[in-house]
Amino acid sequence: MSSENIVMEQVLVNGLYLGMQYALIALGLTLIFALMNVLNFAHGQLYVVGGFITYIIYGKLGLPFFVAIVASGVTLGLVGAVIEKFLFRPVIRKSVREESTMLLAAAIAFFLDAIILLLFGEKQRGVPKILDGVMNLDFVVIMPYDRILIAALAGSAVVTFILFMQYSKPGRAMRALAQDRIAAQLMGVNVDRYSMIGFALGAMLAGVAGGLLVSIVGVNSGIGGPVSIKAFMMVMIGGAGVISGAIAGGFILGMLESIGLTVLVAYGDLTYLVIFVSLMIFLSIRPQGLMGKPWG
Amino acid sequence: MKRITFLKASLMTAALALTSVHSPITLAANEVLKIGFVGVTSGPAASWGISNQRSMEAGAAIINDNGGVKIGSVTYDLEIVSFDDQKDPKRAIAGMEKMAQENIHYVVGPNVDDGAAAVRPVAEQNDIIYFPYAFPKSLYQKPASNAVLGMVANYQSGPAIYKFLKDNNGVNTVAFIAANESDPLTQRESGVAAAEALGLKVVSKTVTYQVDTTDFSPVIIPIVKLQPDLLVLSGVAPANAPQIIRSARELGFKGLISTETGQDAQVLQEGAGSLANGFISVGGASTPTIRTKNMEAFIARYTEMFGEYNDESNTKVYALEYIVETLKANPAAINNVDEFKKTMDTFSAPNQYLKGDQVLRYVGMSSFGQRRQLSIPLVVNVYNEGKFETLFIAEVD
Repeated sequence: MSSENIVMEQVLVNGLYLGMQYALIALGLTLIFALMNVLNFAHGQLYVVGGFITYIIYGKLGLPFFVAIVASGVTLGLVGAVIEKFLFRPVIRKSVREESTMLLAAAIAFFLDAIILLLFGEKQRGVPKILDGVMNLDFVVIMPYDRILIAALAGSAVVTFILFMQYSKPGRAMRALAQDRIAAQLMGVNVDRYSMIGFALGAMLAGVAGGLLVSIVGVNSGIGGPVSIKAFMMVMIGGAGVISGAIAGGFILGMLESIGLTVLVAYGDLTYLVIFVSLMIFLSIRPQGLMGKPWG
Repeated sequence: MKRITFLKASLMTAALALTSVHSPITLAANEVLKIGFVGVTSGPAASWGISNQRSMEAGAAIINDNGGVKIGSVTYDLEIVSFDDQKDPKRAIAGMEKMAQENIHYVVGPNVDDGAAAVRPVAEQNDIIYFPYAFPKSLYQKPASNAVLGMVANYQSGPAIYKFLKDNNGVNTVAFIAANESDPLTQRESGVAAAEALGLKVVSKTVTYQVDTTDFSPVIIPIVKLQPDLLVLSGVAPANAPQIIRSARELGFKGLISTETGQDAQVLQEGAGSLANGFISVGGASTPTIRTKNMEAFIARYTEMFGEYNDESNTKVYALEYIVETLKANPAAINNVDEFKKTMDTFSAPNQYLKGDQVLRYVGMSSFGQRRQLSIPLVVNVYNEGKFETLFIAEVD
């Protein structure tokens, strides 16, 4: 087998792994947008808080990793509910301009950045590996076992979320809300309650993603903004407000990164240049993204 | 009326009693000498600036607790005035202008190349000597004269490290990886030049990564494939180093890994664990075998003030020390930077942080043609099981 084939198989596996991470991050953002038409600029910061909670509970207190992930999810769910009820809801009620919620989201992002730096400090934080060892398939594919486990857990979270949205009463209510807010209201869906649940669920997904990934890539107070930007890119690729679009966007970005970083390396750092240029061309042709609806 | 008077008297007595408990009666307060800091204390690179700022604040606290510093016939308490430039040159300029407005003549920072270049006109127009942690030689060569490099530059440490590894570890091939921004790319260029000058074969020098990268496996694959003897992480931030090391080792990289930037042992431990064993970096008075009791006291004070220590402060501890000692050597320099510049040519003082005979002095004649660099001992460390061990110590320039 040629060395180029060996590298490409590794690249594809890396792309799938990255895609799974990104899909989990993008899901929360697209859910919030679908329900409330709010671009949550603080999504990356919620991810960071989730990471730090897992760092403290698993890394510092020594409690089981699963407990830490649950704590990250529950905490961020509560934070999301509070943010929706006491910040977004009054603004949406009082303001006629959509920009108001965008500004509020940006303010929350700056606020969380400052709080995170104050509470958790400036250093990069990491936790002990949850699983030792590396899978080595004759040097064709090399993947640490902890990454495989995290990818599997992320995949389970995505599947659980989809099943919840498809078959549970709150899930159906939120899908109705996302499709047509007024019609859902007329059908008896409590808009306030399910907006709050939806925001909480979106924040919870961000927290869970942060908690899972702290075991692989660590966390520091400065990565919230860059995570938000990547999440927006995935949502734009797949289509804002569309769950399947967020998943597709996550995997597409993961693959583009993995392939680009290997194939284009000889020409310098062109990967993100190519990704951004491709995104601009794609959005100019199809502004609603892959699966978004043309009418929004 | 009598009750109110009694109540007032009781309250006043209580207030006086509290004051006497928490504020011992003092003589006239010392004058205040303000020293500035302009650097990055938020965002992904916050660690660089925060370690500067906290080093200065801890150093100032120790001096103030000991009654202040006597410069000439006047005793001063030190006050550190800080400004977060967010790694933005425009904000760095605003920060330096603020220092000028507060009549501050000595400023530590900025932390990055473009910020350090941007503030040069402001510093020169307002008689400010500044101590950047940025490496471009133009900042320190004539006609520039107000900037003093606060640490060992990578084009000084790189050759020393590569030569040591070539002579002692049989390194013949080297690869470089850098973040896609100004400082790391500049450091990579000088690192490549230094390696080639030593006769090392550079097998890769084009691999870069975005500053906000969290997963380095896709980035590092092309280098792991080449299996160089040495992988240099040019200008790597402490947040990224453990992730790159971990990815490289998990993918099967067997060679040495080094950097010319300061790192933190706890960050390496948490991010890479034993996978970081053997990682080579640059530190200051960083290991117990070489640091003095004064350095131990500094570390203790820093930890008490801020909750935990940052090993990057092992090199950052020197900036305030140099400023204070130079002013003590020439009190006329308090408000006159030309006097400070004159003093730099002959200044010498004991190094209170490092065991041995090393002294504080200004260097830079061979790199810059003038003494515009703090002489910080080049302490090269190797990380092992949660701690740094000293590999070798050298002086540059």
